[in-house]
Amino acid sequence: MSRLDLQAIRQDFPILDQSINGHPLVYLDNAASSQKPIQVIDAVANYYRKDNANVHRGVHRLSQRATDAYEGARDKVRGFVNAKSDKEIIFVRGATEAINLVAQSFVRPQLQVGDEILISHLEHHANIVPWQILCEQTGAKLKVIPMTEVGELDLSTFDDLLTTRTKILAVGHVSNALGTINSVKEMIVKAHAKNIPVLIDGAQAVPHMVVDVQDLDCDFYVFSGHKMFAPTGIGALYGKQDLLAEMPPWQGGGDMILSVSFEHTQYNELPYKFEAGTPNIAGTIGLGAAIDYMQNLGISNLAEHEHNLLVAATEKVNAIDGVRIIGTAEHKASVLSFMIEGVHPHDVGTIFDQQGVAIRTGHHCAQPVMQFYGIPATARASFAFYNTMEEVDALVLGIKKVQELFA
Amino acid sequence: MSSADLRDLYQQVIMDHNKKPRNFREMSDANHLAHGNNPLCGDALVVFVKLDDDVIDDVSFQGSGCAISVASASLMTEALKGKTLAEAEALYEQVHKQMTGEDVDSATLGKLAVLSGVKEFPARVKCATLSWHTMHAAMDSDHNLSVTTE
Repeated sequence: MSRLDLQAIRQDFPILDQSINGHPLVYLDNAASSQKPIQVIDAVANYYRKDNANVHRGVHRLSQRATDAYEGARDKVRGFVNAKSDKEIIFVRGATEAINLVAQSFVRPQLQVGDEILISHLEHHANIVPWQILCEQTGAKLKVIPMTEVGELDLSTFDDLLTTRTKILAVGHVSNALGTINSVKEMIVKAHAKNIPVLIDGAQAVPHMVVDVQDLDCDFYVFSGHKMFAPTGIGALYGKQDLLAEMPPWQGGGDMILSVSFEHTQYNELPYKFEAGTPNIAGTIGLGAAIDYMQNLGISNLAEHEHNLLVAATEKVNAIDGVRIIGTAEHKASVLSFMIEGVHPHDVGTIFDQQGVAIRTGHHCAQPVMQFYGIPATARASFAFYNTMEEVDALVLGIKKVQELFA
Repeated sequence: MSSADLRDLYQQVIMDHNKKPRNFREMSDANHLAHGNNPLCGDALVVFVKLDDDVIDDVSFQGSGCAISVASASLMTEALKGKTLAEAEALYEQVHKQMTGEDVDSATLGKLAVLSGVKEFPARVKCATLSWHTMHAAMDSDHNLSVTTE
């Protein structure tokens, strides 16, 4: 049994209480974007109602309140990933922007022609394309850790892929397309043994598990707010302070400077050096509220419930003839990608939608994973802690409906 | 209600053309062709056309996609064979109007009227129009063209 009071939790998410095509909404597209509890919505609305002003600027009361709330959110993020210092938390638009920042500010200045960037076959496009751009800019080479049939990373050649030319290892903590939880800690140890810095894309991990960047000892960790019950357009980059301190600013503008003259500009200290322009203040406050919400419920309780949903869904879907689960790694977050024999995933998505069930169909911004399996797309159900066992049954009914229609 | 809507979309004719697409072949003597992609869902197809003066002597397609895009492409090849370019263009416009919910004379559409259910599913209109856009691109050029709907 779940330790969570699901009925009470679901009342915190007003969006869940609606009908789609005459059926109660069953939202199983959480890996794409999660829903927001009223506590997050209120935090954002109350900021605009009561405290809105620019941060780090004025001496007036509203600016002080906005600054306190903004910096308060930074400290919540620090605690959330267990960073040592608030200076190690940079607010960005999302995981994508954070990866681009590290690529351009940390990696690019070090790169020579023929140097290598190591990613994995399981990556989201956000952890592929910024590195490809960097390779085009510098003549560096992109290397890829292969994957296995079950959707795990094949680490048999990992030691050989970490070479004297490898300037960064950038790998996802959890695969968005398949749900695979990668053994990043082991990979970080091996990379560090060869003095290779490591970036972990945690966009799919933070909604589901306790993350401790000191324990992982990663050099950079990135994530987006909107996948963890916070607003869109806000995310965070964690970086080790000594690395961030050495990195040049990525964007120039207001707030990232100490002094500006036409002859010389002195950059601000961490973390402001990387936060040019007026930031997404409301978004950070929403992110802080989402962290409070998750921690109040207990992240390990959330993880336990989601795991139960995944186990039940996997068992029930496996029991249906003509359905193939894509991605059967031993350790998975609550993502279930599947194919229904003879039916294109896009058709599956439409038929599900007619029953009020929202799933993702497509390549999940992970086309190399699709190419590995020789399929154009999958249907993907992804669970959050507010999902119920009844909603797992709705998924099963949806599959049966598709099969009936396409019989 | 919802089941009835789905049956409007996935009519028997569409299911049949999805299972057994007509003119589903490469055409070695095509004088026009174009590639069509819908990156949203991964649908990818090639439309081959053999034009004799301004008459469509032969038209075929290859590729993969959802039931709606495959059936629509299949139905399109059947409808266009033997038509003049002007007739094909007129039909292209009628099909477009039908799927975007404008009034059309269903008599001019013939079998293509089975695609009318698509207009109730806005997210799927691009599936149904991919082959037509690709055909249009093929006609417009002798070159190997790509079109994208997303």
